[in-house]
Amino acid sequence: MSAAAPAIHRYVRVFAALVALTLVTIAVAMIDLGPLNIAVALLIAVTKASLVAVFFMHLRHSHYLVWLFFGLGLIWMLVLLVATLHESASREWIPSPPGWAP
Amino acid sequence: MAHAPAAHAHHFADLRQQREAAQLGMWIFLVTEVLFFAGLFTAYTLYRWRYSAGFDAASHELALLPGGANTIILLLSSLTMVLAVYHAEHEDRRRLARYLAATLLLGLAFMLIKAFEYREKFVHHHVPGAGFLWHGPDANAAQLFFGLYFVMTGLHALHVIVGLGLLSVLLVRARSRRFTPPRHDTVEIAGLYWHFVDLVWIFLFPLLYLIGRHA
Repeated sequence: MSAAAPAIHRYVRVFAALVALTLVTIAVAMIDLGPLNIAVALLIAVTKASLVAVFFMHLRHSHYLVWLFFGLGLIWMLVLLVATLHESASREWIPSPPGWAP
Repeated sequence: MAHAPAAHAHHFADLRQQREAAQLGMWIFLVTEVLFFAGLFTAYTLYRWRYSAGFDAASHELALLPGGANTIILLLSSLTMVLAVYHAEHEDRRRLARYLAATLLLGLAFMLIKAFEYREKFVHHHVPGAGFLWHGPDANAAQLFFGLYFVMTGLHALHVIVGLGLLSVLLVRARSRRFTPPRHDTVEIAGLYWHFVDLVWIFLFPLLYLIGRHA
């Protein structure tokens, strides 16, 4: 494997980046950043997911229809997520049941 | 006996179109899977938002070492999977079998660590239900967290098991001389599924194991 193809080197580099990001997200989780903790964790998770999708799942070489379907799926997911959270946030007046301190 | 050249089904214009159609089909399935898991992530977000103190305390009970090790194991299995796809494309049957076997073993290692983690939850009475024990405030919220933990990681583990099944079939076809080796697009599509399983874990790990770690 001394003359491994450039594609293999690229895969190994992407893997190294994924491991590094995993260590970073664990390290950051130990520091109290207040509400920023969850934001940083999600940002790193999205970065890792993008690396896997673009390089390991070959999105960068994929047909534009794949991008279209996947992109529309993600947008639709965000629509449902935001609509649900928005609806929930708008009924803050519902009291917590006994023993369910928020 | 020499292998017949790869042929395309009669309803495709050529091999390239057949491969793109297969990829698109798998991606459409994966989008439905994203929405499937997104329902659980939405439930998690809602309850974590409302009962953040209980969720932080319960998350703190999850051991970081097995969770972190499983993250690295799944990432490594994604690397071996993509190398299997690479060697399928270059028709290197020996290396294809080797990397499929490595991916399969890493998936089994993930499930083994997961099983030990689940066992620990039973030992510590952290399984939701009549036997749930929680020393501290917010016992109900903690129970809710562990309910979501079991459903989310359980559904993910179910996907790992399906992936292990796919890998086993591909490995037998790659190793046994009685079969023609799996074609590039077949391995690639199984790979897409395996990487998706990795994607879900990339989000599960910080949300379940890392929130409230600093508290």
